[in-house]
Amino acid sequence: MNLSHHLIIAPILVPLATGALLLLIDERQRTVKALVGLGSTLLLFVVALGLFRFAASIDGPEAAQQGVYLLGNWAAPFGIVLVVDRLSALMLVLTATLAIAALIFALARWHTAGAHFHSLFQFLLMGLNGAFLTGDLFNLFVFFEVMLAASYGLLLHGSGLLRVKAGLHYIAVNLAAALLFLIGVSLIYGVTGTLNMADLAVRVSTVGPEQRMLLEAGAGILGVAFLIKAGMWPLNFWLPPAYTAASAPVAGIFAIMSKVGIYVVLRLSLLVFGHDSSASSGFGLHVLLVGGLATITFGAIGVLASQALGRLAGFSVLVSSGTLLTAIGMGSAGITTGALFYLVSSTLTISAFFMLIELVERGQDAGASVLAVTMEAYGDADPDEEEQDGDLGFAMPGTMAVLGICFAACGILLAGLPPLSGFVAKFAMLSAMLNPIGGDTTATIPGYVWFVVFLVILSGLAALIAMTRSGIRTFWASMEGTEPRVLVIEVAPVFLLIAATLYLTVQAGPVMRFMDDTTRALTTPQQYIEAVFDARRAGVPGTEVQP
Amino acid sequence: MEFILSLGIGVMTGSGVWLILRPRTYQVIIGLSLLSYAVNLFIFGVGGLKVNAPAVLRDGVDISAYTDPVPQALVLTAIVIGFATTALFLVVLLAARGLTGTDHVDGREQP
Repeated sequence: MNLSHHLIIAPILVPLATGALLLLIDERQRTVKALVGLGSTLLLFVVALGLFRFAASIDGPEAAQQGVYLLGNWAAPFGIVLVVDRLSALMLVLTATLAIAALIFALARWHTAGAHFHSLFQFLLMGLNGAFLTGDLFNLFVFFEVMLAASYGLLLHGSGLLRVKAGLHYIAVNLAAALLFLIGVSLIYGVTGTLNMADLAVRVSTVGPEQRMLLEAGAGILGVAFLIKAGMWPLNFWLPPAYTAASAPVAGIFAIMSKVGIYVVLRLSLLVFGHDSSASSGFGLHVLLVGGLATITFGAIGVLASQALGRLAGFSVLVSSGTLLTAIGMGSAGITTGALFYLVSSTLTISAFFMLIELVERGQDAGASVLAVTMEAYGDADPDEEEQDGDLGFAMPGTMAVLGICFAACGILLAGLPPLSGFVAKFAMLSAMLNPIGGDTTATIPGYVWFVVFLVILSGLAALIAMTRSGIRTFWASMEGTEPRVLVIEVAPVFLLIAATLYLTVQAGPVMRFMDDTTRALTTPQQYIEAVFDARRAGVPGTEVQP
Repeated sequence: MEFILSLGIGVMTGSGVWLILRPRTYQVIIGLSLLSYAVNLFIFGVGGLKVNAPAVLRDGVDISAYTDPVPQALVLTAIVIGFATTALFLVVLLAARGLTGTDHVDGREQP
């Protein structure tokens, strides 16, 4: 129980404290606010990396126990626990990476387009990190709501008719989803008498047949709440308009929000319904498979039909979600490994793409005029800002060429073509589908697997066609638009994210091994459960000091 | 007791679902409020209904004389969060009314 153990709660406390502190700083002190927010986000990244290194070294029960943090120093089934394992550490690093990119992007101009951008951003990070860390169902609800409340504010950031209209639908859908979440959680509590995920995993196998139906109903309702977040068809009609309407840096960080739903589905389905002993084993996997396939189809059609780049990106989120849900629904460890790689790669891609779109469209009319209106509304003096930022404010030379290269990279990543990580991810998933574990060449592959393979490849083709078409229209055909004035700090985050995917590609071997370990830990939840129960309480209650 | 509670939950859920499917933003927000009341009562009910039973343990009293405290704590949290998000929704609703000039959820009247 040393100080480094308290690092586990830091991803929640740091943004909470920073967000609250930022509320106290006057809105005119933009530079101060920006620096505080950036400092906190960088600190989060360092903490996330530290936790990641720790999680990657977990090799036995002793180390796994170190990853359990008892809030309030109550032993496991009674108190609330935070748990760091490979999956949650991975998600933390991914969140922090996106957060740095989105925040740097926002510093160029977007953070001045409305009030309290930095506070809301920090609270969003707190909710995300909390949702990834918690080991308790109701706590998960609380962090979901923290995340959603901040996201409502961020979606409306910059105001404007489109955002308010999309925000209204987004909030209504998510409030209804929150109620479903509560019904699901309380049903599960009513049947099993616990909210702790590890305890739940143990008790599920002891539930009697007459109660099992109630438990499964609860799990199903809970699943619907997460699938609304993840954007599974037919629960996803709110997603493309909302993500399109959001300002570019906000959409960039929203890219991870749909993955929260995926994360929870993956975590709970493998932890609670993953045992072979339980009668509910494999519960809901067919729904995920079929729903995932429908989502891929819907997303791919949407990608092809999109006129505006923003909508194209919104539907790409759906394709990514659908692919992940399908992969989870197939319920095989090898495919899950590939899916985790795909999750990281596609989230980075989509985030970069959302930010890139704003830069590309700035030269055209629509995006630029919205921005100009919001700037006027807040009486913002853009030139002042540039003087303040000084060295940050260089305009990018050869803008269109640089943007074009980034656009091409995003296209390759979305379509899953070599040489970037989108290809590695899809290849890993497809090869696991076609080579069931053991490399048994005589085993026949069931028909539905061929269908999945077909759809996944087809969705890549759809992305390629759509990206090529809009790329030609934007970069080669349009002569009437003026060359956009793009600052270096706006292109830098896009570069950063694309460089991250490049890193994934080059380091594909080690990353894949890590994903493999992650999958093994997820599919054998015994270690997770024991770690939560055996975690030692701190020596004397009340003497703990928060970091 | 059980009958009244379940009837109350059912009626509020039914009205709430009908209201959130209506085209006016005010109807939607009232529907969401009704639904959240129904859900709160539902959470309260999953711990089992007991009349006149305290939720806090005291030494020397049989444990079966207590009601389950966890659902009460959950309800409290759910009420607070529901209240906050509803208030937020109300602000967005007013902003949408001001910007679009109509209280239709799509921001324009049906032709």
